[in-house]
Amino acid sequence: MSRYVVDARGLLCPLPVIRVQDRVAKLGPGDLVEAICSDPGALNDIPAWCKINGHQIVETIDENNEIRITVRVCDGR
Amino acid sequence: MSRQKRAVALISGGLDSLLAARIVQDQGVHVEGINFFTGFCVEGHTHAIRRKDRDKRKRNNALWVAEQLGIKLHIVDVVEPYKDVLLNPRHGYGANMNPCLDCKIFMVSKAREWIEENGFDFIVTGEVVGQRPMSQRRDTMPVVSRQSGADDLLLRPLCARNLPPTRPEREGWVDRNGLFDISGRSRKRQMELVAKFGITDYAQPAGGCCFLTDASYSAKLRDLWKSRGAREYELDDIILLKVGRHLRPRPHFKMIVAREEGETRFLEGYRHRFPHIRTLSHGGPLTLLDGDGISEDDMRFAASIAARYSQGRDETAVEVSITSTGSGTSNLTVTPMPPGEIESGWNV
Repeated sequence: MSRYVVDARGLLCPLPVIRVQDRVAKLGPGDLVEAICSDPGALNDIPAWCKINGHQIVETIDENNEIRITVRVCDGR
Repeated sequence: MSRQKRAVALISGGLDSLLAARIVQDQGVHVEGINFFTGFCVEGHTHAIRRKDRDKRKRNNALWVAEQLGIKLHIVDVVEPYKDVLLNPRHGYGANMNPCLDCKIFMVSKAREWIEENGFDFIVTGEVVGQRPMSQRRDTMPVVSRQSGADDLLLRPLCARNLPPTRPEREGWVDRNGLFDISGRSRKRQMELVAKFGITDYAQPAGGCCFLTDASYSAKLRDLWKSRGAREYELDDIILLKVGRHLRPRPHFKMIVAREEGETRFLEGYRHRFPHIRTLSHGGPLTLLDGDGISEDDMRFAASIAARYSQGRDETAVEVSITSTGSGTSNLTVTPMPPGEIESGWNV
């Protein structure tokens, strides 16, 4: 299991989702991706993307205008 | 036993693409969604920036539609290849800078590439004959099929029975009798389908889903190209056109003045790349200056305009800081420009 960081600060949705999606596509089940975002839209969009693509949100931290969302890569459906 | 047929549906986040995907899904086809990010998508950008919009429901409608349908959604970044569509539209522009027909051809051609790479069988769109003046006319819909290379693998479930049968219909992958013959701009038939499918919520974007159909945005884009002497752009350029008040008080530079706190915070992310002005003695917006050869006199002139948009607008003196990208920051005191001297022609 490996952990990766996607720095999506300054990007507006859907770009943070696209960056996470493109990173996840290169990883295997169990890997973790931490997305660091400034657009509050990421709070809705990344979980929605995970839900429909079968991945799991491990942790969400929203403080000081910075959002950190950790995604566990799953097999998908 | 033959394998289940697989289709990719172009999902904009609006009602028509939702219905089109649902109709095909209901015929036993495995459907996944695809959504293209051009950089000009209206989707949530200004909601993300402006403080006054922060309490509004904020969602990506394409993701939301996929969630409602229970399908995967693939969001594809097409910012770079889309430049050629916007800069060199074979079929021209609509009322503003919207190359709608070329855009539709481009997106369907990208979907065609995607189904070839991913082993899918056909493409679904929510197009309706006669609904849009450029891309959804009886005479232009065959152009989309042909010039995208999708040909008869492009199925439009909402209006298929107004069109010649496509391969999915001829081969029995879908039942043509279960498709529809909707035409025109009326939404009545779509509303019947909404009721039939029990859909209770869907997006109704006012003015469409693309900034290029917006007259004000298009004027800013034309101004950008004119000032640079070249029709070219990067993603940051077109994002910044969505933010702030744009004034061009001199031909060689433009001011981007934040209209409120949320925009100031967003523009902070760009301050290292642009000369900028802050008001110190009073609350006020961050102002970026975009141009070449901006002199100290230009900065002082711009500072008096920026002070006009601060809380010190009616004072005789407002202290500001001016930061240029090369020579650091200096403070000075300016008199806010009287409103009558801010020429209406400066507004981009």
